[in-house]
Amino acid sequence: MIDSVNIFPLVHMRGITKRFGSVSVLEDVNFELLAGETHVLAGENGAGKSTLIKILAGVHTDFTGRIEIEGVQVRPRNPLEADALGIAIIHQELSLIDPMSVADNLFLGRMRTNAGFVCRRKQEDEARGWLNRLDIDIDVRRRVEEFPIATRQCIEIAKALSRQAKAIVMDEPTSALSEPEVERLFEMIDQVTGQGCGVVYISHKMEEIERVADRITVLRDGKRVGTAPAPELPAAELIHWMVGRPVKDRHARSSSHAAGKRLLLDHVSVHSNGRDRKTVVNDISLELRRGEVVGLGGLQGSGASELLLALFGGFGEIRGRIEIDGRPYFASSPRKAIDRGIALLTNDRKGSGLVCPLSVAANITMASLRNFTRFGWRQNGRETAAARQAATMLQIQSASLDMPVEALSGGNQQKVAMAKWLQTDPGVLLLDEPTRGIDVGAKQEIYERIEQWTAAGISILLITSEMPELLALSDRIIVLHRGTVTAEFERCAATADAVLGAAMGH
Amino acid sequence: MRRPNSSTSALAALNTPAGRALIALAIVMVFGILFNADGAFFKAGTHRDAFRQASVYGILACGMTLVIVTAGIDLAVGSVLALSAVCCAKMSIHWGWSPGWVICATVLVGAGSGLISGGVTARLGVQPFIATLAMMVFARGLAKYVAGGMKVSTAVQQPDGTYEFVDVPTLFRMIDTRVFAGNVSVVTLIFLGCVAIAYVALAYHRWGRELYAIGGNEEAARLSGVPVTLSKTLAYVACGAFAAIAGICQAAQEQQGDPEAGAGYELIAIAMVVIGGTNLMGGRGGLGLTLLGVLTIGYLEKILSINAVPEAARLMLTGVIIIVAVMTQRRSRT
Repeated sequence: MIDSVNIFPLVHMRGITKRFGSVSVLEDVNFELLAGETHVLAGENGAGKSTLIKILAGVHTDFTGRIEIEGVQVRPRNPLEADALGIAIIHQELSLIDPMSVADNLFLGRMRTNAGFVCRRKQEDEARGWLNRLDIDIDVRRRVEEFPIATRQCIEIAKALSRQAKAIVMDEPTSALSEPEVERLFEMIDQVTGQGCGVVYISHKMEEIERVADRITVLRDGKRVGTAPAPELPAAELIHWMVGRPVKDRHARSSSHAAGKRLLLDHVSVHSNGRDRKTVVNDISLELRRGEVVGLGGLQGSGASELLLALFGGFGEIRGRIEIDGRPYFASSPRKAIDRGIALLTNDRKGSGLVCPLSVAANITMASLRNFTRFGWRQNGRETAAARQAATMLQIQSASLDMPVEALSGGNQQKVAMAKWLQTDPGVLLLDEPTRGIDVGAKQEIYERIEQWTAAGISILLITSEMPELLALSDRIIVLHRGTVTAEFERCAATADAVLGAAMGH
Repeated sequence: MRRPNSSTSALAALNTPAGRALIALAIVMVFGILFNADGAFFKAGTHRDAFRQASVYGILACGMTLVIVTAGIDLAVGSVLALSAVCCAKMSIHWGWSPGWVICATVLVGAGSGLISGGVTARLGVQPFIATLAMMVFARGLAKYVAGGMKVSTAVQQPDGTYEFVDVPTLFRMIDTRVFAGNVSVVTLIFLGCVAIAYVALAYHRWGRELYAIGGNEEAARLSGVPVTLSKTLAYVACGAFAAIAGICQAAQEQQGDPEAGAGYELIAIAMVVIGGTNLMGGRGGLGLTLLGVLTIGYLEKILSINAVPEAARLMLTGVIIIVAVMTQRRSRT
C-alpha cells in the first residue's frame, strides 16, 4: 500500500519564472524532489540554480509559478517560513555565527529554555547527540570560529538535521573540503536520504555528481534543459546539456614548457604569527622552472595555502633561502612580492581576492595602479583601455566595466581576479584553487589560459582540491602532509591513488 | 545588452545613492517653498546664510567622507576644530602672526592630531571608534590647556591684570566677510574649495582609489600591494587638516578661539555624510553625495529656523528626519 505522503513529491516547483528588472533569470522551470533521493541541480554559473534555490528558501518572493510541498501549495515569504516548512539550505557561505558556541549555533532561534533561561547543559547534550549522528566528535562549547571550515560545514549540516529538515539543499558544499571530508559528507548524505529526506545537491565537480546523484536536473540560461536519472546521463552528455556546446578534453595541457630556473626554495619553513607560533610548513625545498607548473597536493591543513601566502609576504614568518631568477628574495610584503614579479590568486575571491563594491575596471588595475598614474593622478583613459583589453582577452562577460564586481557571476569574478594579476606582468603565478566554484566552461577557459601563460614563460605554483585537475595541469606534483613534503611525482608517474596516499601521510 | 528606454533609465538613475540623496534634498526644498515664512525663503540672503551656516559642518564632512570610505570613523573632528580655533586665535591675536603662517601652523596642528589617531588605528590596529574617541577627549583637553581655561578673544589680559581690546586680526576679517557684491560668504567659498579638493583626491588620485579598496575589502587591498597602513593613516591626517580649516573658519566667525566650540559637530558631520549615501561599511560613496547631504541638513536647519520653530522641536525634528533620510538611502538587498 502506498502511503499518502509518498504519492506527492517532497518538493514540487512548477512553472517558476523570475525576473530581475527586465532580465529574466528563470523561465518556466519545473523541479521535483522526491523523498529519499539525491537530486543534483547542475548548470553553469548564471544558469539560475541559485535563484531557484533562493525562491524555495523564501529569499526571493516575487516570482510566478507554484511550489508544492508534499502536495500542499505553499509560498514561503521569508527564510523563516521556509525553515518551518522543512527546507534547509546549506550555502556556499556558511550561516553560522562565528563567535558563538557550536551548541548555541545549533539552537539559534529555538533555544532550549526553562522559564526564559537558557538550559546550556541540555542544549550541549542535544547538540552532541546530533553531531555524533554524523560521527563528529568536537567540543560543542567551543566557538565556531575556532574550527576549520570543513568542520563548520558539518556543524551546519547537523544544524539542518536538528531542525527536522525534510529537504536539504546543499549549494557547493564541498568547495572547502578535502577528499576524506568529502567522502564523509557523502556518507552523511546517504544516511540522510535513507531516513526519507530529499537532498538537492548543487556542484560543479563531476566526480561528486557521479558519486551522489540519483537524478540530475540541468538548467541552462534560466531554462530547464531536462531531468534524467543519473545512470542515463554520463559525464560527457551532462556537460553537453550544461554548456550546450561540446567541451574539449578536460586534460588541457599536452606538453611541458619547462626551461631554466625561476624560483628556488631552499629549506623553507613558515611559522604563523601571534601567540601560538605554529610551524605551518616545515623545511620544504623546491625548484620551479620557467614555464613549469608545479602542483602542490595536499588535504586541508597541509600548509600549501599558507606557503603561497607566506611566499607572497602576506602571512606569518618565512625562513630559509629563496631565490627568484638567481637573486635572493625576502618575502616581507605583498608590494615587494609584486615588484619581484610574484602574483597570488587567493582561494577566497570575496574574502581576499576582490574588492566587491568597486568596479570591474578598478579591480583589474588594483595591483598595478602605479602603472596608470602620473604623479599619483590616475589616468582614466589608459586605465580603462587596459581594463578593456584584459576583459576582452579573458572574455570577462560584464555589461560594463564600471559595474561593481559583486554583480558578476563567480566565473567572471575569478577572471577579473586573474586579469588583475596579469596586469602586474608576473613571472611567478601562485594559484590557489583557481577554479573553485566556477562552471565547466569557465574552468576550461582557465585551463587554456594556464597553457598560454606557461608557453609565455610564466611559472605556476598550483593548489587545487580537484584531483583530476591537479594531475592534468601539473608538470610535477609535490605532496604536503601537515606542512611536510611526503612525496614528489613527475607528471607521468603521478596517479590519483599515489597522490592521495601521500597527502594522507601514508 | 538591451538599451533601456529613457523613462526607465531616468527611474534607474533616481534609484542610485545620488538619486535618493537628490530626492531627500528636493523634499526639504519643497518644504522650504511651502513653509516659506512669508517669503523669507525666497530671499537671496536666506540661501546665503543657509550655505554659510552649513559651511563649517560641511568642511568637517569632507574629511569625514574620506575616513568613512575606508570603513572608519573620526569622532575627534569637533574637538580638533576647537583645538585649531584656539591655536589659530592665539597665534593671530596674541602673537600677531601673519595670516599665511597662522593657516599653515593651524592646519599642521589638525593634521598632527589626525596623524596620531590615524596611526593608532592603522598601525596599532585599534578600532577607529576607540582611537578617535580617545583623541576627541585628548584634543578637547589640549584645547582648554592652550586657551588657559578661557576663550581666546580680542580682550587680551595685560601684565597688570587689566584687559585691553586689540584689533580683530586680518585673518579673521578676511574670512568673516562676503564677496561678489555681498552675495557669497567667504566661508562658503572655503567649504566649496574643500569639497573640490577632497573630491578630486577621492575620484582621481591613486590614494582615493586605495581608500575605496581598503574600505571595500582591506584584506584584498593588502594582498594587491596597496599600502594599507599609509593610505589609511593619511585619511585621518586629511580629516584632521579639514577639521583645522573648519576651526579657522569658526574662530574667524566668532572672532575668538573657544575651547568649548565644536562639541557634537562630529555627529552632524557624520549625519551629513550618511544622508548623502556614503556607506558606513566603507567602499561606497563619495564627495558629491556628501555635498548633497550637507545641503540637505543645512537647508533643513535654515527652514526650521526661519519658521521660528523652537530649538527643542528643531532638534527632535532633525533627529527624525535623519532617520527617514537614511532609511531611504538603504540599499535594497539583492
